Formats: sequence, structure tokens, C-alpha cells
Amino acid sequence: MRIAYYPGCTLKTTAKNFETSAIAIAQQLGVEFVELPRWTCCGTVFSLTSDDLIHHVAPIRNLIRVQEMVKRKQVDDEKRILTLCSMCFNTLKRSNLRVKENIEDLKKINNLMYLEEDYCAEIEVIHLLQLLKEIGFDKIKAKVKNPLNNLKVAPYYGCMILRPLEVGIDDPEDPTIQRDLLEALGAEVIDNPYKKVCCGSYQTVNNKEKVAELAFDILTHAQREGAEAITTCCPLCSFNLDFRQKEVLKKHPDFKQIPVFYITQLIAVAFGLDNKTLGFDQNYVDPKLLLKNKGLIK
Amino acid sequence: MKIGVYVCHCGGNISEVVDIKKVMEFAEQQGDVALVKDHAHMCSDVARKMLVDDIKEYGLDKVVIAACSPQFHGRTFMGTVEKAGLSPYVMEMANIREQCSWPHYYQPELATKKAKDIVKMAIVKARLDEPLEKKTSPIGKRVLVIGAGIAGIQAALDLGDAGFKVYLVEKEPSIGGKMAKLSRTFPTEDCAACILSPKMADVPANPNIELLTNTEIESISGFLGNYDVVAVRKPRYVDITKCTACDKCAEACPVVVPNEFDEGLSSRKAIYLPNPIAVPHAYVLDDKSCLGLFPLACSKCYDVCDAGAINYDEKPERINFTVDTIIVATGYEIFDPRKKKVYEFAKSKNVLTALDLERLISLEAEGTVLRPIGRRIAFIQCVGSRDELVGNEYCSRICCMYATKLSQLLKRADPKRDVYVFYVDLRAFGKGFEEYYKRAQRTGVKFIRGRVAELHEDSHTHKVRLKVEDTLTREIIESEFDLVILSVGLRPSEGTTKIADTLRLIKSPGGWLQEAHPKFRPVDTLADGVFICGCAQGPKDIPDTVAQASAAAARAIRLMNKGEYEVDPITAFVDEKLCSGCGICAGVCPYEAITIELKDGKRISRVNEVVCQGCGACVASCPSGAQQQRWFMTSQLHAMLSAALGEEV
Repeated sequence: MRIAYYPGCTLKTTAKNFETSAIAIAQQLGVEFVELPRWTCCGTVFSLTSDDLIHHVAPIRNLIRVQEMVKRKQVDDEKRILTLCSMCFNTLKRSNLRVKENIEDLKKINNLMYLEEDYCAEIEVIHLLQLLKEIGFDKIKAKVKNPLNNLKVAPYYGCMILRPLEVGIDDPEDPTIQRDLLEALGAEVIDNPYKKVCCGSYQTVNNKEKVAELAFDILTHAQREGAEAITTCCPLCSFNLDFRQKEVLKKHPDFKQIPVFYITQLIAVAFGLDNKTLGFDQNYVDPKLLLKNKGLIK
Repeated sequence: MKIGVYVCHCGGNISEVVDIKKVMEFAEQQGDVALVKDHAHMCSDVARKMLVDDIKEYGLDKVVIAACSPQFHGRTFMGTVEKAGLSPYVMEMANIREQCSWPHYYQPELATKKAKDIVKMAIVKARLDEPLEKKTSPIGKRVLVIGAGIAGIQAALDLGDAGFKVYLVEKEPSIGGKMAKLSRTFPTEDCAACILSPKMADVPANPNIELLTNTEIESISGFLGNYDVVAVRKPRYVDITKCTACDKCAEACPVVVPNEFDEGLSSRKAIYLPNPIAVPHAYVLDDKSCLGLFPLACSKCYDVCDAGAINYDEKPERINFTVDTIIVATGYEIFDPRKKKVYEFAKSKNVLTALDLERLISLEAEGTVLRPIGRRIAFIQCVGSRDELVGNEYCSRICCMYATKLSQLLKRADPKRDVYVFYVDLRAFGKGFEEYYKRAQRTGVKFIRGRVAELHEDSHTHKVRLKVEDTLTREIIESEFDLVILSVGLRPSEGTTKIADTLRLIKSPGGWLQEAHPKFRPVDTLADGVFICGCAQGPKDIPDTVAQASAAAARAIRLMNKGEYEVDPITAFVDEKLCSGCGICAGVCPYEAITIELKDGKRISRVNEVVCQGCGACVASCPSGAQQQRWFMTSQLHAMLSAALGEEV
């Protein structure tokens, strides 16, 4: 099945390993990502101004691209656009909801982009985790060649796939989607009480220390519960939890580093895919030793 | 025919918008109108006296009052007309206030035009009015009270004392309800069990009260003055007249299960006394946890019972009786805090509900310590209340005050304790409550305004860590506690929901039972002869519950005391010549007032006029026009429509 895929900026730079692993596991499950042609910025962070209509132009323009793809029969799924990055997912879905529920806003945005075709507000924005759940964790389990036995993993959710309620894909207070998926892969799932505590988001640009403090709390709580690795599904969370361990170490010299995976990387490991798709050289804390010790990679 | 038309100014409410003079001139031109007058306040004593005099002097036989809504003063003017010797049902109100001058205040000319139309509609309807007679129906003095918590007990005692026969039905093996579980009551800090137990003891002592415990309502049918009740008494396996509560059976019983009276914090045997102040004071055998009755697997309790009170062969017993009125006092249950996942109830042993704490404090007072309470205690308010995420928008009303009570009880018991209450708003709404809250502050309880955002139990130390913003100082507080108490809100009990379906009572948002009028009929329902009180109607504290229970008893007495009651003649009736007996009307009737009967071999619809509430559903559904409703005859409605559309009538 071919589905329209919106990568967003990080998936092409610091989170290439998220993209390559996701594309590889999707292929195993019979899904082909068709990248949106001429995609632009998703719109990123939520606007705080009350007159914020212009903020929604960029996300809606991307949804028009999906519409065009559907018309040209470039995809089989005619209603949906897939995202990997939680932030892109959140931004696109929120803008989409806004125009779906508010016909006046839709008209204004269409008028602002009079050179584009009109957006009909019929596209749905979904996150990869939703697609995987839809395919079925049973089916994913059947594809596992290399079960993650004895690997103690604590999933981390962040906020962008959980909040606000109308955008979230899981229970915002007690999300379980990553847990269920990891259990299907054979991993021992650790419940981290800090699984949805803020990672610091874009504060990472100008307040590294604050983000390092938050990362320290999130990671050490997972470690106290026995976790050996963390999974995420968001490039920004991943950056803050993985790369900021450098700053954590400066402040807490006793801190023991812990690998942070994209959940797709662990699926790829469980599917027995080759090292190239795993892209571990892009992870800050090298996870290879842990996986070798567990006999999961050579 | 002589119709009198009276146009009210309503002290300017109407006359400042509608041109009264023009309306009067218009009314004078209508056929059959013999007299047109206006008055500043038609509802005043003077004006009503004028109306009585006019009816007699001019020999009016129909009256139109152009004033406010009939919901507001309909009954007033019906009474006035009746005083003058006419049937109250030849009076029509033209609502030119709520439906005209108020909404159209900025368009006086159009409003005047509309007022004329409304008056004309009332006149053409009045022309076709027929004098209806009020009927009376006999009524007895039997009441069913459902639920024997403090609300049901109070209502039953009031009715019993007043000489009415009461069937008090309670599904649990003992009466007393939730109040029996409480430690102390706010703001006076009386021991709850001590003030409740004399009332509980009064119930079996009252000769007019028939107490049916361990009994559930199966069905109720009928109507005011004639409700047929079927109740099912579950087997208790212990004869309450023989049991001496000696405890030998429980000592002998090998089965240990959580004790629901202590919210599962302590244990009980399969045969047990429901609680220390239980009424009836007799043991009960829980057949779900007993080793087995069919076939008998143990019989240890039977062997040691000197009184011979135990009977393993008891079966559910169906009890039928008839009552005249019903009081619903089915109460509440606490919000299940597991639904508020962020507070990790049931995941952590150190997160308890306030009701758990009530039991801990009560048992400590009796000398039983089930678990240490610790030094640092936090209360989290509004758990399951004022929270749209869990679907409960309402305020549960009592949580602020019970937390104020529990927190200072803990602090006073050990002044070295740190006791915090994290609240959203603190609502000390009742008499003496604000003073009580101040007292808690003086005792040293720290009240902090902020909704707790995160809660985690440390897997090693088992201390509970809270994260909350103090919204007054805007500081983020992160702190560890030995014990966290969730001030859980209230929800309608399962019994409340069930009985609402059985009796077809309307529910307000949140699932509570809806009163007939929030201000003036707070314990009535729209079902005649059915009253509500206590937390079944909405969350409330003990004083309000007792007040409502007595109110419900008084309202029931008001209906039954005269031995007969007036039946409104505005009911449906059937034109038997037109009726084909198709039964559509019976299907749409929400009150089950319509039956299809055989008459001379022909199927005919029959309306029970005592049960009929005059809603008109059957009239609208009847394909042949056989169903008609008095005072709202199809001919009258057609005439009004024609008048409104400007056709000649």
C-alpha cells in the first residue's frame, strides 16, 4: 500500500536514522511511503497570538500537496497523510482540525493561497504509531525474527502525540501504545513514571541547562525502575534526551549514560534488518554495546 | 357568549413596549368580546377583585388575560375565575410579556402587532373552551421509601411519626448508608456513628415502619395513590429475630474476605455483622464468599449457633405491596479514582480516598490501627469533580469541607504532622463552614491553591512525590509525602440510576435525579406522588440531606393527608367512533396511561385519566384524530393557527 508521507525538516537532518528505520520496517509490513513533493515547513510551534490564521497557511499548503497526490493517483490511501515527527503531526493535525471545524477560516486560508487549488478539508493526518497499531501488533509480532528478550526498555511519550485531547492518539494521562508495541517485539517494558513529563522542547536552543535538568529527571527515573534503554517517537524529545546527556554529565558526573532509540530502530532490530537501516552512528549515546551484550546485533 | 379581555401593563414591563390602547381597541372589535379593560398589575389583589366583580356584573362566561406566561400566573387567574363561580378552564392567558414585550423591546410597533395576534389567538381559543370539572380521586396513607441512608431514615421516621404506613426498603443488610462510615461530621465534629445510631434504632422501634433490608426493588407500576411494588428480599441465611449477634459464627467461619464497610482496608468473615452499629443488629451470610451452600460445603457456623438462627435453605423472596406515594433516597457512590489515571490510585498503597481515611480515623478512635498515617500528608481536592476530562462537570459540594475536617483532625492528633490541602477553589458554603475553615488554618493545616499535576510513588522509598503549581505565588512545588488523600467527588449510585429508569424520572446533567422546579418544587418530581431527597437529587451534606428528607416527607403528607386529591381534567380522551384500536397511542405514551381494550368485539384505546399527564403525545400520534385532549382540542388549535395566520375565524 502506498501512503503519502510528510517528513519535515529534522527527518532529513538530525533524525535521518528515524526516517531510514521507519521506511525499512514499513516496507517489511507492505507499506510504501511516498514522499510529498515540494513539501514545506509544517509550521512548527503553536502560535500564541489570537489572530493566528497566517500561522496555518504553511500546514494547510502541505495538505493541499496531499490532495494533489491523491488526484494524480500517486498513493493508494486517498484520505491520509503520514508523519513520523510528533511535532509535525501535532501542527498539521491541529491546523487541519481548525479548518475542518471552521469553514470561515478555511475560506480565508484558501483565499490567501489563491494560486493553489482550494483545500477541501478531507485529508486526515496520522502518526506512524497509529498506522502500526492499525496494521496490528500481532502482525508485527509475526515478523519478529530477533525478539528483544531481556532488553529492559522504558518508552517515553512526550507531549505532542498526546495533547491536546482532540489531537492525541492515546490516553494523555496513561499512554500505552509504545508499551503494547514493545511487548509485541518481546522486550521487557519498564513503566517510567516520567514517561510524559516535558522534555524541555525548544528550550534546548537557548537554555541547555534547563533541558539537561529535565532530561536528568526523566532518564534517572527510568533507570531507577530498571530501564536499560529509552524509546521515543519524536526527533525533538530524542535530541533532548540523547544529545543533552553530554550536559547532564557535566552537572552530574555520576550519571550513567543510557541509549535513546527511535522506536522504529528497535523494531528494525527485532525484524533483523541490516545495520545501514538502523543508523546507530547518528545516536549520541552509542546503543551498539548494549545490543551486542544482549545478543541482538553482531 | 360574553368574553372579557383584560390587558395588563405589568408595571411597564409590557406597556413600555406594547401600545396597550391599540391592543384594547383591537380586542373590542373581536366577536363575542363584551368587555375590555386594562390594569397596571392584573395579578394584584385589587385587579383580581375587579375581575370577580366584572364576571358577576356583566355575566361574563369566558375570560382572556393578556399578561405574562401561564407558567407564571396561570394558576393565580384560574383560582380567581373559580372564585367568581366559573370553571377555571374558561380562562385563557395571552402571553404578551415573555413571548412579546421582553424579546421584542427594540421593535415596539411590531411587538404591538404581535400582541394583537396573541390576544386574538387567546380569544378564539376561549370561544371554544368548555367548562371542565376538577375530579378527585381517593388516596391512602402508604409510602414507599427507597434507600435507608440518613435521607431515607429521616423521611421514614417523619412519616411514621405522622401516622403514615412506611415501607423502608434497603438493598444492604443494614441501614445507615454512607454516614455510618464517617468519622466525624463538619463543622461541629460530632461523632457520626454516635448521632446516627439512635436514629437507626428508632426505625425498627416505630410501629408504622416496615423495614425491609437486604431487599431490592424489582418493579414499580401504577400511579399516584396506587403504585404496585414488587421487591425481592435476598436470602440472608440468618433469622434476624433469633440472632443474638454473639459472634460465635464469625469466629468459626474459615473464610476471610475484604470488609466493604472499611473500604476493603480490613477483613471480615463470610458470615459477619455488617457494621458495629448495624440495624437490624444481626449477622448475614455472604453466599458469594461462603465455601458453598448448594451443596453445603462447611456448616461450621451452623454448628456453633446456639440460637439456631442459621438457615442455609433460605431462597430469594418476592414481596408485593401497594403504596400511594414514593420517596426516592438512593444516594450516591464515590467517584472511582482509578478513572483519574494521573493520581495512580490502586498503583500506590500510599494513595487513599477520603472515605478510606474516614474509616482509618474511625477505627483508630475505636482502638484499631490498620496502618500508619505518617508525618507528611497531602489532600488533593476535586478528584472527579469539576473535571470535564472524566465527564463530571459539577462540583460535589462536600469535598472542601470534609478535607477541612479530616486535615485538622490529623493535625490535631499529632501537631508535628505537616498537612497540606491542594485545592482549586475552597468553597466553605454553609453555616459555620467559613469559621471552621479558619480554624483549620489556625490549627496549622496548609491550604495551597493549585491542582496537582503529577503524582508518582517512588518504587524504593514508597513515598509519594507531588508536583503542583501554587497559583497564588506562582511557584512550582515538588514535594514528598507519606500519604496522599484523594478528595473524591460523588456520583449517582447504581441504585439511583436504576430507580430513575424504573420510575421514568428525569435525570439532570451528571445523572442526578431532576427536581420538578429548582426553586419552588425542590423535592417533587414530574411523576405525581414521587419525591426525591438526599444525594440522589445532587451532592449535598448531611444537614441539607436531612432537611430535604423532611421536606419530601412533608410533601408526601400534603398529598395523602386529605384522603383524596384533585386530578387535573386536562387529559386525553378517545372518540370511540373514530378509534380503530391500532395502538400507536399506547406505544408513544410515556406514562403507560393507555391500554387497548376489547369493547363489543372491537379494539378500543382507553386512557386512564388518573395516570394521564396531558402531554399530548398520543393526540399527535393518532392517525384518525380519535385521541383528543381537553383544553387543547384539535379544533381549538386549528382556530388559533388560523387566527395567527390572519384568516377569518
